Amino acid sequence: MIRLAVPLALAAGLAPAQAQEIDPADLAVMAGPCANCHGPDGRSPGAIPSIAGLPEGEAAAKMLAFRADEDPKATIMPRLMKGYGEAEIRALARWFAEVGQ
Amino acid sequence: MIARRSVLKGIGVGMGALALPSLARGQAAAHVVVVGGGFGGATAARYLRRGNPDLRVTLVEADERFVTCPFSNLYLGGLRDLDSITHGYDDLRAAGVEVVHARAEGVDAAARTVTLSDGSQLAWDRLVLSPGIDIRWGALAGYDEAAAALAPHAWKAGPQTQLLHDQLRAMEDGGTFVMVLPEGPFRCPPGPYERASMVAHYFTTEKPRSKILILDSQERFSKQPLFQQGWEALYPGMIEWVSQSDDGLVVEVDAAAREAVTGFGERHKADVLNVIPPQKAGAIAEAAGVTDETGWVPVRGDRFESALVPGIYVLGDATIANPMPKSGFSANTQGKVAAAAIIAELAGREPPTASFANTCYSLIGPGYGISVAGVYAADGGTVIEIEGSGGVSPLEVGPEFRRAEAEYGAGWYASICADIWGTRA
Ligand SMILES: Cc1cc2nc3c(=O)[nH]c(=O)nc-3n(C[C@H](O)[C@H](O)[C@H](O)COP(=O)(O)OP(=O)(O)OC[C@H]3O[C@@H](n4cnc5c(N)ncnc54)[C@H](O)[C@@H]3O)c2cc1C
Ligand code: HEC
Repeated sequence: MIRLAVPLALAAGLAPAQAQEIDPADLAVMAGPCANCHGPDGRSPGAIPSIAGLPEGEAAAKMLAFRADEDPKATIMPRLMKGYGEAEIRALARWFAEVGQ
Repeated sequence: MIARRSVLKGIGVGMGALALPSLARGQAAAHVVVVGGGFGGATAARYLRRGNPDLRVTLVEADERFVTCPFSNLYLGGLRDLDSITHGYDDLRAAGVEVVHARAEGVDAAARTVTLSDGSQLAWDRLVLSPGIDIRWGALAGYDEAAAALAPHAWKAGPQTQLLHDQLRAMEDGGTFVMVLPEGPFRCPPGPYERASMVAHYFTTEKPRSKILILDSQERFSKQPLFQQGWEALYPGMIEWVSQSDDGLVVEVDAAAREAVTGFGERHKADVLNVIPPQKAGAIAEAAGVTDETGWVPVRGDRFESALVPGIYVLGDATIANPMPKSGFSANTQGKVAAAAIIAELAGREPPTASFANTCYSLIGPGYGISVAGVYAADGGTVIEIEGSGGVSPLEVGPEFRRAEAEYGAGWYASICADIWGTRA
């Protein structure tokens, strides 16, 4: 089992293939802060977009673009996404895609 | 793979748990008692039940309704009513949390019990404390509980916030609103400056000749360039900020005369005086023996368990968690990490890897929002900020960015209140 230290993952820029190796219990904790803005399980009651059920590929592409400062309209996500490695972002994208099903 | 030790091994099963009929799989459910139904505690209670529906979770909260400090500045500014920032506990009950409205008064860590104000005792297998702050009465000369009835702090939301609101409404146009800021760590670093902004909004619309004076114990403050840019744009000349070295440090207040006295002996006369006093961890933390000489609680950053007393988890403002700020957002993410750690531990597993975040939105005026963010992990027992993450809103952007952040700030509030108390907008 891989217990990814977040900074390590960031430094190593892990390959997408390793996304599924993040322990589900670790992933649940990693997804915790997202609910504060995107609502419980990514279902938003307010102005921030819902992310529950967003197709995995689309969500990952958006999050990686935020991280690379490639979305000029984004406000907060570029600053937040710089705290996660690519493998973590892909795992989070899958997490919220599956929550919606 | 981590070896899974047998369930309940090494766990002091409390009387509460033993007294309960077996709930699932023939096993007595462990009992977790959570003290404090605010940002940290209510989150932990909900996520404990969510993560393990077999757990017995009791939430001990003094008040039947919780008024949030977040967005209480908008109430002062006339942009929100109190109802819209008040939350109840029915949805937590529906999630299977036993909610008890009483004060926790004592903790016996060896016997694993907590004593409540109604004289009853609860036994626990794990205890979570998220009591927020208490005021250090008297630490600022002249500021005691009687003084707070004249010069409100409004740093715990509720009647104090209402008092400050009403004093501002009763003030004549042309008056001066003086804010006194504390020494030492305090809850919500950008909070005082958001408050000044919201009062400035109210003054601009209702009492445009009035002034705001901030007497600060700090040399610089959270999101300072952004706040000052916003003040310049929306409230030119209305807000004066005095840093510590410019004689901003207040050493004494006279609440009856509404005066603040600085280190160099200058007396500032206020029409409305808001004293944000020095703070410490909520009293139950000290009673439980988890505070250190600073009055705050050292914790193991990978799970938010007390560094001093095993089995007691402490969240939120009460803890020493820097670089994480004392915010509702931080308390919530600490509550989720602690809940996951407790569930794992009770099942004989290692806690999952900790991961935290924070974002503090501040509203400078209607349609004018700013933010500061950070992503955090634990390195051993220490909370660390992920390098390169977070930071403040950019300084050089157009009004659309500020407008979007104002809207997203309101979105954040709706989401986090749904996440914690189940409040539906
Ligand atoms: C003006 C202002 C604006 C703010 N704005 C923001 C913001 O925009 N975003 C943000 O993230 N944070 C903000 N904050 C900070 C936020 O309010 C706190 O960080 C947050 O409330 C901390 O959560 P907590 O669980 O530690 O304590 P609290 O939320 O204060 O909860 C503590 C609870 O414990 C209860 N309690 C205490 N002792 C006992 C006892 N012995 N027995 C039973 N119950 C007890 C209390 O009644 C209370 O309900 C703001 C603060 C202020 C003052
Ligand atoms: C502080 C609030 C906040 C937090 C925390 C947050 N987000 Fe976001 N998210 C936003 C906002 C606001 C947007 C819109 C883009 C922007 O302005 O940055 C957004 C956009 C997104 C989008 C694109 C949605 C779409 O349909 O375009 C995804 C995906 C996303 N966030 C995922 C996440 C994940 C996963 C997390 C947790 C690691 C997270 N967010 C945490 C506020 C937040």
